[in-house]
Amino acid sequence: MKRFLPHPVLSLALVLMWLLLTRFSLGQLLLGGAVALVAGRALATIEPEGPRIRLGALWRVVPLTAVVFADILKSNLLVARRILRGARAPSGFVRVPLRLRGPMPLAVLALILTATPGSAWMSWDEEKGELLVHVLELDGTDWPALIRDRYEAPLLEIFA
Amino acid sequence: MSGADLPLWAAVLIAALVVIGSTLTLIGALGLLSLRSFYDRLHAPALGASWGTGAVILASMALFSLQGGTLQLHEIIIGVFVMVTTPVATMILGRAALTRDVADGLIAAPGSEPGSETGGDQSPPA
Amino acid sequence: MSALILTAALSYAQIALALAVCLATARLLRGKRAQDRVLALDAAYVATMLLLLVTAMRMGSGLFFEAAMIMAGIGFVSSLALAKFLLRGEVIE
Repeated sequence: MKRFLPHPVLSLALVLMWLLLTRFSLGQLLLGGAVALVAGRALATIEPEGPRIRLGALWRVVPLTAVVFADILKSNLLVARRILRGARAPSGFVRVPLRLRGPMPLAVLALILTATPGSAWMSWDEEKGELLVHVLELDGTDWPALIRDRYEAPLLEIFA
Repeated sequence: MSGADLPLWAAVLIAALVVIGSTLTLIGALGLLSLRSFYDRLHAPALGASWGTGAVILASMALFSLQGGTLQLHEIIIGVFVMVTTPVATMILGRAALTRDVADGLIAAPGSEPGSETGGDQSPPA
Repeated sequence: MSALILTAALSYAQIALALAVCLATARLLRGKRAQDRVLALDAAYVATMLLLLVTAMRMGSGLFFEAAMIMAGIGFVSSLALAKFLLRGEVIE
C-alpha cells in the first residue's frame, strides 16, 4: 500500500482535478487515476517522507476549515473597513512561540495565516521555534494565544 | 448576453456574489495604493485573493450550472489555486522585504520590538 | 428582469475590476521599492483573472476559463520568481 500509493492525498487531489477539468466518466477516471499514481510515485522519489497524518484526528479538518473560512470572512471585513475608514489601531509585528514542528504542518499554518487578510507570515526561527507575524490591526487581541488555540491546537492533533 | 432564462432568486444571488467579489477586489487594490507602509500594503491584495476570488468563482459556478442544466464545478480549481498560491507569493515577498529592509538598515532586527511600526515609504528608492 | 439584474451586476463588476487593475498598475509605477512593484503585479494578475471570469459570465462563454487558469498559473510563477529574486538575488541557486 505504502509503496504503491506513497502520497495518497496528492493522488486523490490529482484524480479529482483531472475529473473536474475533463468529464466525469469511467475512461477519464482510469486515465486520471493512472496519472495520479505516476505523479505520486514521482514525488516519492523526490520526497520519500510524506507528512504523517493521524487518521483518528482527521475529522478535525472539518471544523478547522469552517473556522478558517469564517475567520477569513471576518478579517476581510475588518481590513476593508480599515482601508475605507482609516486605521483604528496600529499595525506591527508579533512574535509567537509555537510547539508545531515539521515542514508540512508549518506550511499549512503559514497558508492559513497569510490567506487571512489581517495577518501575514513573515519568518520562522527554526532554532527558537518562534514565528514572526505581521498583524494589520493590533487592537489588543492576544494574537499568540489566538493562533495557538484556533489553528495550532487542531494542527498538532492532525499531524502526528 | 446570458441569464435571460434564470429564475429571479438565482439572478439576485449571482448578482450579489459578483458585486461582493468585485467590490472586495477593488477595495484591496485601493488599499494597495493608500496604505502607508509596505507591510500594511502586504495585506491588501489578500482581499481579492480570498473572498474576492471566492465570491466570483461561486457566482460563475452557479450561473453556468443553472444555465447548462448540469453541475459545472471546474472553476473551483481556479479558486483553490488562487487561494493557495497567493499566500505563498505574499509570504516569500514579505520575507524578501524584511531581509532587504534589515540589510539596508531601515528597520532593526526582524521585529525585535513587538508592535513596532515600520515605515517602508521613508526608504530611499531601490 | 433577471437578465437586467445580471447585466447590471456584471457591468459593475467589470468596471470595478478594471479599476482595480488600474489602481494596482498605479502602485506598480509608483513603487518606491521593488517589493511594492512585485506585490502590485501580483494583485493586478488576480484582478485581471477575475475580470476574465466575469467577462465569461457576461458573454455566456466557457472559453475564458482556460485563459483565466493560465493567467492564475503564470501570475503565481512570475510573482514567486520575482519574490525569490528579491530574497536571494537569484532565482535558482
